[in-house]
Amino acid sequence: MRAAEDRDPAGLGTARAIGFVAPALLLVGLFLVFPALWTLYIGITDYQLTGPAAAEPSVVGLDNFATALDDPLFANSLWLTALFVLGSAVVGQNVLGFALAWLLRRVRPALRRTVEGFVLLAWILPGPVVAYLWFAVLSRDGGTLGLLLGRPETAWLVEYPMVSLIVFNIWRGTAFSLLLYTSALAAVPPSHLETARLAGAGGWQTVRDVVFPHIRGHVLTNTLLISLWTANDFTPFLLTAGGPNHESEVLPVLIYRQALESGQLGYASAMSLLLLFGNLVVALVYLRLLRRRA
Amino acid sequence: MTPGWVVRRIGFYALVAVVLAFFAVPMLWLAGAPFDARPGFGLRWPEWTSANVHATLRHPFAVRSLVNSLVLCLVATAVTTAFAALAAYALSRVRIPGRDALLYVLLLLSSVVTGTAAMVPLFVLMLQLGLIDSRFGTALVIAGGMLPAAIFILKDFVDAVPRSYEESARVFGASPRQVLGHVVLPIARPGIATILVWSFVNAWGNFLLPFLLLRDVDKQPAAVLMRTLQDEGGSANLTVIPVFSLLYSIPVVLLYLVVNQRYGFRFHGGIKS
Repeated sequence: MRAAEDRDPAGLGTARAIGFVAPALLLVGLFLVFPALWTLYIGITDYQLTGPAAAEPSVVGLDNFATALDDPLFANSLWLTALFVLGSAVVGQNVLGFALAWLLRRVRPALRRTVEGFVLLAWILPGPVVAYLWFAVLSRDGGTLGLLLGRPETAWLVEYPMVSLIVFNIWRGTAFSLLLYTSALAAVPPSHLETARLAGAGGWQTVRDVVFPHIRGHVLTNTLLISLWTANDFTPFLLTAGGPNHESEVLPVLIYRQALESGQLGYASAMSLLLLFGNLVVALVYLRLLRRRA
Repeated sequence: MTPGWVVRRIGFYALVAVVLAFFAVPMLWLAGAPFDARPGFGLRWPEWTSANVHATLRHPFAVRSLVNSLVLCLVATAVTTAFAALAAYALSRVRIPGRDALLYVLLLLSSVVTGTAAMVPLFVLMLQLGLIDSRFGTALVIAGGMLPAAIFILKDFVDAVPRSYEESARVFGASPRQVLGHVVLPIARPGIATILVWSFVNAWGNFLLPFLLLRDVDKQPAAVLMRTLQDEGGSANLTVIPVFSLLYSIPVVLLYLVVNQRYGFRFHGGIKS
């Protein structure tokens, strides 16, 4: 009922309503829309942070994109980003989040609240703090992991940088999947679970044949969102800064280092476009799913 | 109680214990190291002392950076909440021309243009506006990034409020201003509280934007000082960093406890599922 929905019950009037929306749109336009469009332009120039090309950048067309395609560092960072997203989000957070939601359904409330509390805290603490906590755990100077495994001299962040980042991000982000799957599981009809139990189905069979068909939409939503967030996460910079020797240089870190450390603003912008484009594809798929469900 | 059942129970609790340890162990360091006379990276029972706390409070930038964080966060949170509330109400109740397209674009923007993807143009924009090292400017950039999502969450809340409340008030002769102040605002309070907490926690932990836009250590918030302290290296910073991390985490932990106590951490309906 469009007409009833839009009858403006407070008597605001269209002009005043536009005035209400304007301040938000101004900030969004200035700090989101404009930068996104500007990326397109900076990406085709040789704009630099310092030097002659800083004052008078010139348009170089698609040179930056051609350079990026030939740049082994760019290919390397794409591969590492894919690994990071696949390992820590699509598999790690998804599986651990679901497993926890499923296992914690019927444990005592106190235990459940304790586990959930720690998982949520890992999600909510400030990024720089959790990065430092893991820097300490993985340190070669008597970090906790080295002490536990009897290898106190191992510099985990140097020897296994990508594995460290993936484990860290699973720890950091599982909370969202846990929350989402907990609310999804609450919507699975108990009678179906009961039927499965009476038919003698094991835990795995129940999940696959009874639970999964009910939460398929949630799995897809969850996977899209956490993949997008993980691909855009800048926290790896705080843990390894891309090192050692580019071994953990995911795309956001590469963009930062090219732009601010090497001063190649035009080139970094061309690389950001790929990230923007990837985000756009994921977001369009997500919105289409939402619309179909509504 | 068959043997198989007992084994499965033991396996189950062992699994839960491992998961619990995985999540808890890195955090426990934050409880011990700040008060340990000989703090190290590893987890251990501390030799209790308050010397680290005093050293941190005397540190030239520690307290100042927390104040900077607070200023940055309060401005970003206030702007986000106020602008999002106004926009969400108008978008929920009035059919502005082009509204549906606008909502669609906002929803797209909220996830597509992240700080990471737009860091180059944001940096250049602020550089050219002369707003590098401006705390107020940085707060506005952070607010701009949070606004689309905030508008959506709030619009969900406003959509759920029956229109008959406002209509009755109008029938009794209330002006639009009175309707908003005395009817809509009180009903929308839970939604506004949600946005306040959400945007505060987001802005408080934001590292990338202040790192990019605030280069003067006098103006840097706690998020960036954490990085600076870590980079300085040496054993001296192990007296300051643990206490500082704890101080920096306290506001977020307190908010979390309050929200958890009052509302519980659950997703409701349409927002995120």
